[in-house]
Amino acid sequence: MKLHRLLLAPSLGTILIFMALPIAITTLYSVLTPAQYGGVIWEPSSEAYIRLLFERDIFDDTLTFNTDYLQILGRSVLQAGVATLLCLFIGLPTAWFIATRPAGQKSLWLMLVTVPYWVNLLVRTIALLLILRDEGPINRALHAIGLTDGPLPLAYNNFAIGLGLVSSFLPFMILPLYAAIERFDFSLLEAAYDLHANRRQAFFEVVLPILRPGLIAGGLLVFIPGIGSYLAPDILGGGKTLMLGNLIGMQFQGSRNWPFGAALSTILMAVTLIALFIIARRAAREDA
Amino acid sequence: MQDQEDACRLTGLGRTYGKGVSAHRALDRIDLTIRSNEFFTLLGPSGCGKTTLLRLIGGFDQPTVGEIAIFGRNVAGLPPEDRPVNTVFQTYALFPHLTVAQNVGFALRMLGRPKAEIAATVARMVALVGLEGMEHRRPDQLSGGQKQRVALARALAPGPKILLLDEPLSALDAKLRQRMRSELKALQRETGITFVFVTHDQDEALAMSDRIAVMQGGRVQQLGKPEEIYEAPANRFVADFIGGANLIPARIGAGGAMSEGLGVVPAKGDLGAEVTLAIRPERLAILPAGLQQPGDLGPLRVTERIYMGNELSFRLEGASVPLHVTLPRGGLRGAQDFAPGDSVCLRAEPGAIRVLAS
Ligand SMILES: Nc1ncnc2c1ncn2[C@@H]1O[C@H](COP(=O)(O)OP(=O)(O)OP(=O)(O)O)[C@@H](O)[C@H]1O
Ligand SMILES: [Mg+2]
Repeated sequence: MKLHRLLLAPSLGTILIFMALPIAITTLYSVLTPAQYGGVIWEPSSEAYIRLLFERDIFDDTLTFNTDYLQILGRSVLQAGVATLLCLFIGLPTAWFIATRPAGQKSLWLMLVTVPYWVNLLVRTIALLLILRDEGPINRALHAIGLTDGPLPLAYNNFAIGLGLVSSFLPFMILPLYAAIERFDFSLLEAAYDLHANRRQAFFEVVLPILRPGLIAGGLLVFIPGIGSYLAPDILGGGKTLMLGNLIGMQFQGSRNWPFGAALSTILMAVTLIALFIIARRAAREDA
Repeated sequence: MQDQEDACRLTGLGRTYGKGVSAHRALDRIDLTIRSNEFFTLLGPSGCGKTTLLRLIGGFDQPTVGEIAIFGRNVAGLPPEDRPVNTVFQTYALFPHLTVAQNVGFALRMLGRPKAEIAATVARMVALVGLEGMEHRRPDQLSGGQKQRVALARALAPGPKILLLDEPLSALDAKLRQRMRSELKALQRETGITFVFVTHDQDEALAMSDRIAVMQGGRVQQLGKPEEIYEAPANRFVADFIGGANLIPARIGAGGAMSEGLGVVPAKGDLGAEVTLAIRPERLAILPAGLQQPGDLGPLRVTERIYMGNELSFRLEGASVPLHVTLPRGGLRGAQDFAPGDSVCLRAEPGAIRVLAS
């Protein structure tokens, strides 16, 4: 009995130190008072959460409703959602292609998918910026063959951020989908055709529902880090369009409002958890 | 003669896998006609091309050469969904995310039939295979036999003209297999659908089929009614594969066939021809060597006595190949039992010895 407990210690310790503790600290800091130059004063305050929705007048302390931060949250969710869909449209055919190669070739293709990720994310993001910027190879090539007069605005906008998110997170979509397709019993596809399904019906009625766990896993793995992503908006967006990740980052750097940063993180976490919970509930109900 | 249209006609059908040196001829010039409303069985050992042939008829694979006509229509290039044929797969291939009812109704839903019609057909099919009350279960909540029934109901629901069944009973235990045999046969008679049934189990084939095609090495070795296949095997392979005959090399001489250790066996053929004598183990009587008469085979020595409940079988040596005799348990009553070491001779029933070209 004693030994059992002892054996649990490493995993419990890991969960405690790397998951529970940071979450607890973040949540705790979100209800404290900001200190002047960063850090917190140990005095409870709900100011950080109020600030999320209201603007406090510096003279008479009245609160007026302010949607600035909600817009940032909405924009981040939208951006991450679009990136997730794009990853899905690119990732599904790619995963299908890899999973249907002869056994000996699969690991080669999988390795090719991961090769770009041997390079640091920051370097990759800057490389993407160099490709997209006005003097980058794309714009110069388009100009050289006379398709465009001036440079196309490829960098420093939502398009660039979306592209950055897709290129950062695509493997997180491809790998779970690959695993799901690998397990897929292709005789089910033959059965569908045998039972008078055309290609479209076979895809939507048989393939997609059976790949659903892989789709959900891939979707979450792209969507969740996508909402809080920092590098892509910062570098590819040129800091022009503020995303949640950058807003949180700012609170710990320039603005030095740790409780507000912590509150934003807590909200992001809560939104993510609620979304996860809904998906899990749905999946459980459909399996019942 | 046109009123009894042929369900499926295969002409010069061949399927070769791979190219060059690694090419493998899975089917080699198959010519077959499957009649309408018949229970037709493809019987052969593992790897003889049964599944390959079924896949060609179903449209999952394209022949390298030759033609397939279904009810007189050449189906070359026609995809599976457009053929009036449905399949019960070797592994059932039930849709794991759908209930029994949804599985059975799948084809009708794909065809866009009205909901009421689908519900009625599903109810009828579920009742036909005796799965009432399980409509809302998922495949992983079913036993092997129940899955098999769902696969059957699902394939029958769209009303195919031909049903292809790829070893549908091989995953079931012996008892259930026995029961499903009679159920399948009854189902075929009731529905009047042409069944093309694949098996490597000779008992199954003999018990259920109207006609059997015995296959080996991508070729049809013999085509005929169960009685013909069993009583008059066309060659060594068929004689051995179906019912396990004693195959004895012999040469036709003046008074019959001469075989080492057996003397002269009553058999006809071209003088001097090398032949194979095929004798079913159960069509031989075993007697003490002292009672040997002209025409009997022997003398031989018993080397093994094998008791199998309903049968008793002996292994005998003394001829050019070991011989087997099988007696029904009842047949021993009053007759003498033998033990290893005993000297015996064999007496064949009239007509039991078949002469095959070797
Ligand atoms: N896709 C393929 N590629 C190469 N060879 C194949 C392929 N499919 C089958 N074969 C070969 O063709 C031959 C016939 O195979 P088939 O599956 O038709 O046998 P079967 O009679 O159904 O056997 P079983 O009773 O084991 O199911 C086998 O030798 C097999 O190895
Ligand atoms: Mg097979």
